[in-house]
Amino acid sequence: MAHRPLSPHVFIYRFAYTMALSILHRATGVVLSLGIVLLVSFLMAVAAGSASYERFVHFAGSLPMRILIGGCIVAFCYHLANGIRHLFWDLSWGMERAQARRSAAVVVVVTVVASALLLWVFFAHGGAMP
Amino acid sequence: MSDPARALSAVLGHGSAHEGAHHWRVQRLTALALLGLGPWFIVSLALLPDFSYASVQGLLSGACNSTLLSLLVLCLCWHSQLGVQVVVEDYVRGAARMATLIVSAFLHVLLAALGVLAVLRVAFAH
Repeated sequence: MAHRPLSPHVFIYRFAYTMALSILHRATGVVLSLGIVLLVSFLMAVAAGSASYERFVHFAGSLPMRILIGGCIVAFCYHLANGIRHLFWDLSWGMERAQARRSAAVVVVVTVVASALLLWVFFAHGGAMP
Repeated sequence: MSDPARALSAVLGHGSAHEGAHHWRVQRLTALALLGLGPWFIVSLALLPDFSYASVQGLLSGACNSTLLSLLVLCLCWHSQLGVQVVVEDYVRGAARMATLIVSAFLHVLLAALGVLAVLRVAFAH
């Protein structure tokens, strides 16, 4: 039972980078689900007043939280860009292999540029984040 | 099935629960909403002069922003619930599957409630 071939037959295919992008959509989606906890904590901290907001900012400035926030920013950019790619696929646009590879490259470039910009604004520019 | 509209109409209302493509559709509709709401919020935050309490509170209050923000929280939780559900159904086996699905659903509803309540508290703070 356990040894029968299970669909999808991931391991019989030669690896293509579009496969990595495909599983990354799920992975970034799960990361962003955790990001909702971060967003709601942020909103609750603001709602509870300036003292609790200051505690949140202090907490968000710790190294693990900075890594999580940075990760969420990158995951957001990727999931958004690749999500647009998925929506076009739903309209059956760009499903040919060459098109899918080209759109994959566009997604990677958009993610890198948008993430770099946002990370710069959130972490470096004007010391906006502690 | 080359025409996507025909392919869609062929499955609408089908399936064992007669809800057909409901999950699929809502996932796409919330995705479409988040396409606007997500960048709006993250760019608004990024454009703040600083992250002081006054600046952030200024952004979060106001009827328009509060409305958009509660929609963002609701769409995020709904979209996330649908996505996590599929991931759990694909990778979690046995008795743990149903338990994980229930916990995930409860947590998503809880996050949605807490998020919207927080937005309303900021909106009606003064």
